[in-house]
Amino acid sequence: MSGPADPLVWVQGFVAALRRAGVPVAQDRLPVLVRALDALGPGELYWAGRLTLCATPEDLAGYDAVWRELTGGRAGRGSPRPRVPAVRRAAAPLIAEAARPGADRAPGQPPAVVAARASTEEVLRHRDLAGLTGEELAEVRRLLALLAPATPLRRSRRRRRAPAGRVDAHRTMRAMLRGLGEPVRLARRRPGRRPRKLVMLLDVSGSMAPYADGLLRFGHAAVRVRPASTEVFTIGTRLTRVTDALKLRDPDTAIRAAGARVPDWRGGTRLGDALGAYLRQFGHRGMARRAVVLVCSDGWEGGDPAPLAAAVAWLSRLAHRVVWVSPHADRPGFAPTAAGLAAALPHCDELVAGHSLAALSELAELLRRG
Amino acid sequence: MARHLPDSPAELSRALAGTGYLPDTGLATAGWLALRLDRPLFLEGDAGVGKTSFAAALAEATGLELIRLQCYEGLDLAQALYDWDFPRQVLHLRTWEAVGSRPGRVDAAGGGSGPPVDPAAVEASLYDRRFLLARPLLRALESAPCVLLIDEVDRADDEFEAYLLELLSDWAVSIPELGRIVAPVPPTVVVTSNRTREVHDALKRRCLYHWVEHPDPEREVEILKLRLPEVTARLARQVARATARLRDLDLAKAPGIAEAIDWARALHALGAGGLTAEVADQTAGTVVKLREDLERVREHGWDTLLAGDSA
Repeated sequence: MSGPADPLVWVQGFVAALRRAGVPVAQDRLPVLVRALDALGPGELYWAGRLTLCATPEDLAGYDAVWRELTGGRAGRGSPRPRVPAVRRAAAPLIAEAARPGADRAPGQPPAVVAARASTEEVLRHRDLAGLTGEELAEVRRLLALLAPATPLRRSRRRRRAPAGRVDAHRTMRAMLRGLGEPVRLARRRPGRRPRKLVMLLDVSGSMAPYADGLLRFGHAAVRVRPASTEVFTIGTRLTRVTDALKLRDPDTAIRAAGARVPDWRGGTRLGDALGAYLRQFGHRGMARRAVVLVCSDGWEGGDPAPLAAAVAWLSRLAHRVVWVSPHADRPGFAPTAAGLAAALPHCDELVAGHSLAALSELAELLRRG
Repeated sequence: MARHLPDSPAELSRALAGTGYLPDTGLATAGWLALRLDRPLFLEGDAGVGKTSFAAALAEATGLELIRLQCYEGLDLAQALYDWDFPRQVLHLRTWEAVGSRPGRVDAAGGGSGPPVDPAAVEASLYDRRFLLARPLLRALESAPCVLLIDEVDRADDEFEAYLLELLSDWAVSIPELGRIVAPVPPTVVVTSNRTREVHDALKRRCLYHWVEHPDPEREVEILKLRLPEVTARLARQVARATARLRDLDLAKAPGIAEAIDWARALHALGAGGLTAEVADQTAGTVVKLREDLERVREHGWDTLLAGDSA
């Protein structure tokens, strides 16, 4: 027996604990659990619950933790310990300046003139994101949220009916049957269109700190446009997937939620390792295949640049296009001297700037053109 | 075929072992519940952990027919569910015309050379069951009890998932021209996914969910001994241990059970009595399938990987 005398009473408490722990147990799963329990016997509560209440590897980790807590360390009979990517919830407050009131302005700057809003916008568009504070920052963030970065559509393998294209034998035959076997008009079909996947890999190390907020907001805008085909990761000393957090509607809430997941905010850089981790865990398995991949980084690599070059080369073999976004690319006299960037560039399709609202708008335009 | 339902997960586990598949407790319990509760079983896990072969073993162990549907992008109903055999239908229609009156002119001229024909009857005969081509999903409904394997559902697109939802809850399909075809009993369904994308929650909610792990070294030794009786126990142990360590290296393509079996077979064919760094590197192509991964392994060093294995 792994459970107590009356399993059903215990199950209620267990399910409540699971929900508190973040395992989303839908109400319609409970009758299935009861049937499974009935079939297996109360001694198999562990497996009955695990098989019926969980739906992702992350759920399994939460389930096992709650089970251990409630049963005092016994993890069911012979249960394997799932090797599941742990959800990292290290605290790293991201929005430092976001909450500051608008009146807080850097000394020496002129007060904003409301009447000249349009021209202010034009100036703001080209201002470096690193130098913005207060009202200007808030305004740029508002404008960033209006961007709709999206990739062009690609041909899908699924064919749809169309006025022109290859002959659709099935529909032609069907029409023939209606016409009593007389060959009538030829029906045609051609491949449909699907959005191409977009993957953003965002460097959040110390040297990128002034731009990370803007780029993350760009990512949020992209996820909002195409939630099903966009993925955002942060890279620094490790890899963190923040797509789910960015699906929240409100930009500030989403950025705060994403920031709370990133343990290596403003830390060091091991781009090669982090990119390699991305490729091994996600990219090679399918996420990067035929996708447009944005690597947003200044290319300052802490260690040997060779692993980074190898990782970007691998990425370019999988992806449709690799675009490197560097905040410094637009500076006069810029040359890719950062060791990592110099090593990675030969494998990238494009190098663009991402330091200002105008540069990010151009990036969105570049994505649209495909 | 007679449906043999094991009485307990342990009995199913023994029956699966009889077919050459050694499941762990979780997988055996999941399979047994799927049979007992008539719920589809959703298996996720790395490529090569034995999700597909589990369905085959389940079919063999229970004496049921295995029907497999391999998913891919663009898979549609005509390939997955059913299709009308249009060429034969047209031929049938032409035959009617040749031997009988022309069905379309009955009203106008009272028929050609033969007796008058009822157009409705002709049309009904066109949509007869014999002109219906059953694809895997319909075949599974018609020949249940059976094991239906929907393989790599993550490769199909969302549209296909939506078809599955309806099928997996009603065990029936409505064909406009023919009517509703209902499964006499629900087929045992195994859905597999390599998790290259997240499958919709609604589909998972209808299923029992199990994450399939790589086998632990002891079980892998048992699997190797079962599949390759000619390989020595020592070599099997070494291969199982080395494969387990390779999996911990965080490779892009972690070796599955099939790779471990290939490796042991290759080593045996080369006449290697034991696994040394040298022979491991020579045969690495059977377990490590990516240049990047091989570099990672060599960086780590075969010696470190095989350390403690000479015993």
